Amino acid sequence: MATNVGALPMERRYETGIARWLTTVNHKDIGILYLVSAFLFFFVGGIESLLIRLQLGEPNNTLLSPDVYNQIFTMHGTTMIFLFVMPVMAGFGNYIVPLMIGARDMAFPRLNALSFWTFLFGGLLLYSSFLLGGAPNAGWFAYAPLTSTQYAPTHGMDFWVLGILMTGVGSTVGSLNFVVTILNLRAPGMKMSKMPLYVWQQLVTSFIILFALPSLTVAAILLFLERNFGAPFYLANQGGDPLLWQHLFWFFGHPEVYILILPAFGIISEVLPTFARKPIFGYTAVAYSGVAIGFLGFTVWAHHMFAVGMNPIADAVFSIDSMIIAVPTSIKIFNWIATIWGGKINFKAPFLFAVGFIAMFIIGGLSGVSLAVVPINFQVTDTYYVVAHLHYVLFGGSVFAIFAGIYYWFPKITGRLMNDRLGHLQFWIQFVGFNLTFFPMHILGLLGMPRRIYTYGSQYGWDTLNLLETIGAFTIAMAILVFVWNVVTSLRRGEKAGNDPWDGQTLEWTTSSPPPAYNFATIPTVHTRRPFWDQKYPQLATEKSKTPALVMPAADDAHGAVHLPAGSFYPIIIALGLAVAFYAMIFMLPLSLIGVVIVFAGIIGWVREPR
Amino acid sequence: MSDIAAEHPIEPTSLGIDNRKLVVWTFIASEVMFFTGLIVTYIVMRGRSTTGPYPEEALSVPLVAINTFILLSSSFTMVTALSAIQRGDARGLRRWLIATAVLGLLFLSGQAVEFTTLFNDGASLSSNLFGATFFTLTGFHGMHVFVGVIWIAFVLARAFRGGVTKDNHLAVELVGLYWHFVDIVWIIIFTVVYLLRM
Amino acid sequence: MISRQKNFPMRTLFLVLGLLAIIALAGCAGSPTWFEPASSNAALITHLGTAIFLIAIGVFVIVEAMLVFSVVRFSRKREGEALQIEGNRKLEIAWTAAPAIVLAVVFALSLQTLQSVAYSPAPDPAGTPAGDAVHVRVVGHQWWWEFDYPELNITTANELHVPVNTVVNFDLESVDVIHSFWVPQLAGKTDVIPGHINHTWFKADQLGTFHGQCAEFCGEEHALMQFQVVVQSPDQFQTWVAQQQAPAAAMTGDAAKGEQLFLNGACIGCHTVNGTKAAGKVGPNLTHLASRKYFAGNVFENNAANLKKWLTDPPAMKPGTLMPNLHLAPTDIDALVAYLTSLK
Repeated sequence: MATNVGALPMERRYETGIARWLTTVNHKDIGILYLVSAFLFFFVGGIESLLIRLQLGEPNNTLLSPDVYNQIFTMHGTTMIFLFVMPVMAGFGNYIVPLMIGARDMAFPRLNALSFWTFLFGGLLLYSSFLLGGAPNAGWFAYAPLTSTQYAPTHGMDFWVLGILMTGVGSTVGSLNFVVTILNLRAPGMKMSKMPLYVWQQLVTSFIILFALPSLTVAAILLFLERNFGAPFYLANQGGDPLLWQHLFWFFGHPEVYILILPAFGIISEVLPTFARKPIFGYTAVAYSGVAIGFLGFTVWAHHMFAVGMNPIADAVFSIDSMIIAVPTSIKIFNWIATIWGGKINFKAPFLFAVGFIAMFIIGGLSGVSLAVVPINFQVTDTYYVVAHLHYVLFGGSVFAIFAGIYYWFPKITGRLMNDRLGHLQFWIQFVGFNLTFFPMHILGLLGMPRRIYTYGSQYGWDTLNLLETIGAFTIAMAILVFVWNVVTSLRRGEKAGNDPWDGQTLEWTTSSPPPAYNFATIPTVHTRRPFWDQKYPQLATEKSKTPALVMPAADDAHGAVHLPAGSFYPIIIALGLAVAFYAMIFMLPLSLIGVVIVFAGIIGWVREPR
Repeated sequence: MSDIAAEHPIEPTSLGIDNRKLVVWTFIASEVMFFTGLIVTYIVMRGRSTTGPYPEEALSVPLVAINTFILLSSSFTMVTALSAIQRGDARGLRRWLIATAVLGLLFLSGQAVEFTTLFNDGASLSSNLFGATFFTLTGFHGMHVFVGVIWIAFVLARAFRGGVTKDNHLAVELVGLYWHFVDIVWIIIFTVVYLLRM
Repeated sequence: MISRQKNFPMRTLFLVLGLLAIIALAGCAGSPTWFEPASSNAALITHLGTAIFLIAIGVFVIVEAMLVFSVVRFSRKREGEALQIEGNRKLEIAWTAAPAIVLAVVFALSLQTLQSVAYSPAPDPAGTPAGDAVHVRVVGHQWWWEFDYPELNITTANELHVPVNTVVNFDLESVDVIHSFWVPQLAGKTDVIPGHINHTWFKADQLGTFHGQCAEFCGEEHALMQFQVVVQSPDQFQTWVAQQQAPAAAMTGDAAKGEQLFLNGACIGCHTVNGTKAAGKVGPNLTHLASRKYFAGNVFENNAANLKKWLTDPPAMKPGTLMPNLHLAPTDIDALVAYLTSLK
């Protein structure tokens, strides 16, 4: 059934209601699905962190039993990493990347839907563990042999493995989509050297995922086989080695942190130029330093293992690699500061969050360098010093950048601006709360407090700082409430945004807010890095270009209707089949055949469906 | 992938490679990392079994060498199938695709025999570290071969419906890429596990 | 909106001062901190750490100042547009080289310290306690620490005695999951991993008692897997050695009654008392339990009241502990406590 939108007729099998959302293959819809789901997981992960802080707020506390505490902190880490930051970045990427490169959609719309549904079902599968015998309780990096059936007798770790594998399918498939989309669907004239930096970082991130995730997949499969089929990979008394887990895991785990931060770098690299009203300083350096970080990230994994008894020479090698990787990161920071310098700053919420990001990431980066110093690492690893470091880069870094991205692109996605004053309010409460929560953790680590302890005695002098941190955590919670309030009221009554509320530089701001289903009536041609800016302000253009920076043919020049892929049930069916198979693998292996059959049926349907 | 009939003109791509070809190459690159993890695990765990059966006794090269030859031949038939359709020989395509699938199934049968022999020697996922690493590595490889055979079946089905032509045979190229990858992985596994006894 | 920019530097200053005050306060509390090292090797790490932190603070101040300055300066309303600068080759080279140089310096410093702490200066284990190196075998259990002195024929738990100014070499093992042996004031941590034997060492240069704790998440009671290191003069150490080498004390009265209950009960399945038929290896060696200040992973004060509570219901005190509730009769518990408190 064709519908007319503006001048362009389109086909759309389902347009409204649940059916639309279950079958959508449109990148903008899927982006929204990702963002909303990820934030729901964020709230759950946040509640988990509040429980942790309540338990640790005073010494010898009995609010949470050790068993429950261990499940909560395991799920907190797993949720924030796999079910919040990664999907949020996928959500932004999905919504924004095609717009930024002048494409109509991602290269493989149904694959895109599949990546979302497998993420969602993977997350739900993981959380169902609370109701089915207990959540995983061995920490988010699940060191063997604590994860064996002897020491983790509930199904919790099986849920962890299968949840990770399932969300891993989603990430892999999503990354394949990004790679092909970014490499192949750029608008005419948009060479790689003209691509927005957000797209660069998303591309590198996608490659990292594709090359790092398989190591986790292997580790997780081996763990599942050990737990359920007696395969002694990590069991020392049968010749296995717990360190095999650590190497396989961290070979993924270190690139994983770059997966979590590079898209954030990308967001900052878009927000700063827009709100400083000038180009990014050192585009090439920012782009290539991202690539360098992508490569180098694979060479440093054992810096998570300095205390396991490796040869000191090996320690030294990983140490120097870890220092080397600090160089491209510092370059970016200086480039960002230089982008601000000389700008005519539009001091809106996205900019404020971006500045907060840089300020916090500097701290996280410095504590990271200190962790790379092996003798220091011997003292601070596995203490609250590491917890401080990781939260400065993941929260102070990624999460602040995520909020910058939300305030920045919310108007594009919804057509309405978020309230800027509430945004500033959220920022300051969050900034104070964040530093109050996590800065003292550096000190606690230096004062000897190990991580992952459910309680502590009052004779160590850790009481006051822990209490302050708990207060800080609830302060952050208040900031998040301000955020939620802002979102809800802005959706209803926010100021209309128009196409280009920030006087932007890149292609997404040329479309309406929200963009039409087909994004661009006709695919634009670009000749500079800031095609929209250069079109608006040719006198301020920095790149020499004889041809106009941006050419957007009129809609009447379109050759007939724009074909948009119709919705499809097969992605969600396949994801469901996978979930059935995985549940069966935990509880009754033969039934997994049913899941396999469903997946197979889904694939057949998919293949036979007209594109 | 549905009928790649010319319903909608395929837009030119920035790199000049078809999207689907790019995605298969990229996917294969990721799978390389997956098998690297399994192979490395096999190698570093070699010699650490605390109990038998040990690979020195349990593994026999002759049967598996034949099996390797079969899989290698299937790559040859796959190439032949592709070159057939490149010449427009639809019948040749179908014939050589069937041959490839049959050889693939033969390989899998050979693996089944090898696995059964090993089971009878007491090797299994839980018997010892050798059993665990061996069956995981070769098992996942076998699964990949099986998926390949199914993929060939899909392409064959389309070929029988007349949907694969001289101008439109990307599907054959893609399944061929995947098939050769699976073959190369096997060559490495065969070398590491059976020949070099690493 | 605009006025907030002016408050930015003030707020930051306030925050920093506040935090410094907190740091100052927190330091005076008897924490097991490696900034109060009590061994020559730990002191090396402290010096390195101090140097690195000073460098880090310096970098922090400089870079944050650059950031804050840029934000504040260019948030002010002004005429005209922003400077459309794309880059500056010289500047970019400078800020690539500068971090690289700083990091090279940091690495070089770290290498020196690493070499000094990673290798024991007296690697050969030796028997005699005074003067030569002492050799200790550490075995991590869920959730307590076993300490053996093989050459001295001593097996004890949770309380490690060492002579001052003597190299102590450790062999580190685990019987179950990965733990980490860490006493911050005496050495960096080293994991104990099933299937591996790791090594560490330290040379204490101060007398005193130093807190140690498991530093690798190892299950339910990771938090309560602690130990202490008692650094003694050579004479005091000799005395302790002799005491620990002696067989279990002879029992009379209530303690004797307790001893009988112990030897005929489930206790011997897990515990060892030297010189008796109790030879269990699952739980700590109890021969000289009464000589230790704490028990159950060095967490509970070792006195009659706590022991009674423990024997009544161990999982109530330490949930997840492998010692089950044996549902002992209260009179039996009293006798056992009398016995245990006599095992000096």
